[in-house]
Amino acid sequence: MADINLSSVGKTFAGTPALADITTRFEDGEFIALLGPSGCGKTTLLRLLAGFDMPSTGQIRIGARDMANARTGKMVPPEERNIGFVFQSYALWPHMTVRRNVSYPLEIRKLTKPEIAAGTEAALAATGLAPYADRMPSDLSGGQRQRVALARCLVSHPDAVLLDEPLANLDVALRASMQEVFTDFHKRTGATMVYVTHDQAEAMAMADRIAVMDQGRIQQFDTPQTLYERPHNRFVAEFVGRGTVVPVQGIERDESALHAHVLGARIAVQSGNNAPSVSHVCLRPENLSITETGDLRAKVTRVTYLGGRYLLETVAECGTRLLAETRAKFDIGAQLGLTITTPWAFRED
Amino acid sequence: MHQALRNGGSRSETRLLSAILVIAIGLTLAPVLRLFVEGVTQDGAPSLALFDTVLAQPATLSALKHSLITAGAGTLVSLLLGAGFAFLVALTDLRAKPALVFCLMIPMMIPPQITALSWTQIMGPSSVLLKTLGIAPPLGAPQPLYSAEGIILLLGLQHMSINFLTLRAGLRAIPQEVVEAARISGARGLRTWWQVVMPLTLPSLAAGTAITFVTALGNFGIPAMLGIPAGYVTLPTLVYQKLAGMGTTVLAEVSVLAMLIGAVAVIGILIQRFFQSRQRVYLVGSTSRPLAIPLGAARLPVEILLWAVVFAILVLPLFGLIATSLVPAYGVPLRLDTVTLAAWQEVLFRQPATTRAFVNSFGLASGAALTLMLICLPLAWLMERHPTRLSRLFDSLLDLPYALPGVVLSIAMILLLIKLPFTEATLYGTIWIIFLAYLARFFAVMFRPVQASLKQLDPAMAEAAQSVGAGLTQRLRDVILPLSAPAAAAGAILVFLTAFNELTVSALLWSSGTETLGVVIFNLDDSGETAMASALAMTIVLVVMALMGLIQIFARRFPKGVVPWQT
Repeated sequence: MADINLSSVGKTFAGTPALADITTRFEDGEFIALLGPSGCGKTTLLRLLAGFDMPSTGQIRIGARDMANARTGKMVPPEERNIGFVFQSYALWPHMTVRRNVSYPLEIRKLTKPEIAAGTEAALAATGLAPYADRMPSDLSGGQRQRVALARCLVSHPDAVLLDEPLANLDVALRASMQEVFTDFHKRTGATMVYVTHDQAEAMAMADRIAVMDQGRIQQFDTPQTLYERPHNRFVAEFVGRGTVVPVQGIERDESALHAHVLGARIAVQSGNNAPSVSHVCLRPENLSITETGDLRAKVTRVTYLGGRYLLETVAECGTRLLAETRAKFDIGAQLGLTITTPWAFRED
Repeated sequence: MHQALRNGGSRSETRLLSAILVIAIGLTLAPVLRLFVEGVTQDGAPSLALFDTVLAQPATLSALKHSLITAGAGTLVSLLLGAGFAFLVALTDLRAKPALVFCLMIPMMIPPQITALSWTQIMGPSSVLLKTLGIAPPLGAPQPLYSAEGIILLLGLQHMSINFLTLRAGLRAIPQEVVEAARISGARGLRTWWQVVMPLTLPSLAAGTAITFVTALGNFGIPAMLGIPAGYVTLPTLVYQKLAGMGTTVLAEVSVLAMLIGAVAVIGILIQRFFQSRQRVYLVGSTSRPLAIPLGAARLPVEILLWAVVFAILVLPLFGLIATSLVPAYGVPLRLDTVTLAAWQEVLFRQPATTRAFVNSFGLASGAALTLMLICLPLAWLMERHPTRLSRLFDSLLDLPYALPGVVLSIAMILLLIKLPFTEATLYGTIWIIFLAYLARFFAVMFRPVQASLKQLDPAMAEAAQSVGAGLTQRLRDVILPLSAPAAAAGAILVFLTAFNELTVSALLWSSGTETLGVVIFNLDDSGETAMASALAMTIVLVVMALMGLIQIFARRFPKGVVPWQT
């Protein structure tokens, strides 16, 4: 078990920066999600942690060991890091049985035969794979293959487990049950886990903290709740949850509250205590209520049934697109009045 | 430092890559480079004087002309036959396609000197088969194959498989939707073929034609067996005659000739590469369902015609070969009372030269297959993982020793090894020069299938092993080797197959005691022992077909692109 420290880590591929100036710390035993759109650098960061690539700048420490240091050129190869890696493609060795796939890490560590057998059986039992131990990977379903990958990774008691979109190839129903497998695994082993995904629901469901990444940088690193309720910037506000970012025309601050002029209305907003000023607000469906007397007039342009409630896409008179949720059905073209209640405001440069 | 930064994760891999790459470049490209240096220097100083002298000789010019004529016209024959077969096999609903494809591959795998020998056995006044059937031309009538036309015909037959394969691969890449779209738009019948299918296949047709020309140009067995008796000399046979007649004193002169063949060949290779790269540009989209145009009532007649052609170009000559091998003396008709296995017995068990040749060829072919497997397997994987500028350059040049005419490589090998640097020792005249030449020549035959299979391998396979603690040798042994073993096996069988009955390279490099099977057949025929030559040739054909069958049986277990005739 170990904490992970990154200081000013950067990576360029053939002159193109993929990661820039990442300085952060993953605590021992934490479940971290790296969340972001494709091409944001999350997989690159994971591969740097695993040691498949060498950072172009900065330093990576795992526990007490200096794993990679671009300045000195020091680099511990992946095979000496004692890290587990779960691949999106599972990367099971097709020429080995399930048991041999799982026991291979122990063979590499030159354990005695009885030790290997015991370790392997324990890992197979923990992942519910004991009945399949003598099958070949090609005879397994997607979810079973992912369990084998997980068993192979836990059998050698790694300091940290890195997971690269492990559920991307599974169907929706299987994803939910595999999420449980991962959280159980995390609870039982207490290993530090870094989980790459582009699916925010997955990240929110499992992670202690989520690092939202874009354009090679960590945009915000917080608990799921903070990310949703208190985004730092426009990217995080729009990427996490449904939301519309609207500029603020003017602010009034008194001791108890902050008021802002948004879309022609004066409303109370929340913001961080030490924020010097705010420039935008994030309007999520729960910040908008439909009232006959609402100051904000909007026209419904699209109605999507979400099951039990409707998502209304509306356009305000000034042309801004706003999303609201209702229990009642509205027709396209209907005129509504909207009231905004205490949205989150932030400063965008 | 920079290198380490770029490849970070695996410095042991980059070190191993550099080491193997140096060996591979030394094996394959050093001889070609050495030949080039020889051509443009004289007594150590840069000079083109030798070029002027050799090119001014009338023999050179006439051989060049003959080479261009036979290779050019032979390519045309290959094109007509190969393209015809390819269109019918790839586009229509013929039955028994795999069997047809397999039969069409055999001419490519049978060594050219055996092709020439077998065809001379079904034509001309002394043909045992014709005599037996009582339709032989009168004694004294000329052998019609001992002529430019004969060479052209056999070159065409020998290499039609190449045209067939490249065009078929191109055709199979055309999705059915393309033709369906044309038919929905109202195009019908030949119009679809002419306006949609043809333009899409032109690049592969052109690429196949170019490489067929290069192969025909470098062919030695056919012009040697048919041209030398007729006094019709091409560039490869001219090199052979000069070197056989005057030994290494004419080495400088023949290296200019070799460069001349090489230059023409390189032009062909460049043309082929140009068209091959164009082909990739426009064939995108799903290729799940290849084309299958129903032939309707014409199907049976077309099938009969195709199999008749296969019979004429494949089975008939082999009958000729068998007939000749079973008579006591060349020219005697084959009857029940004249049938004898004497020639087989003599050539397989009594002649010391043939026994030696069997041992030599077997040792050389299996040694080359094994050595190349050991080099190519790690090299292909490391090149895939860590592409450097040098490895990409090597990737684009490694086909050269195989694509260049065998004569060119042989001369290059002699130049490189006749006097080993810093010693007085020479490898010329020993079996090692043939062995090294085989390694250079068949490098691509081994490398490409292995590379094709490793390209399809998920890089995470090795990374997964790395993340659980496996070092470089463990990764190679436990993951890469087992996963690419089928491709490596297929490559090894192909190397063995081609090296086992190779003639062109060994014809220039052999000496007494190091003769190969190809050389022995050539010499037997040359000295009039046609019955024995036929028996030996037939043995080799059987070995070739057995090995091809072996690959065919396991073909389904190989990754895509590994077996050359299963594109």
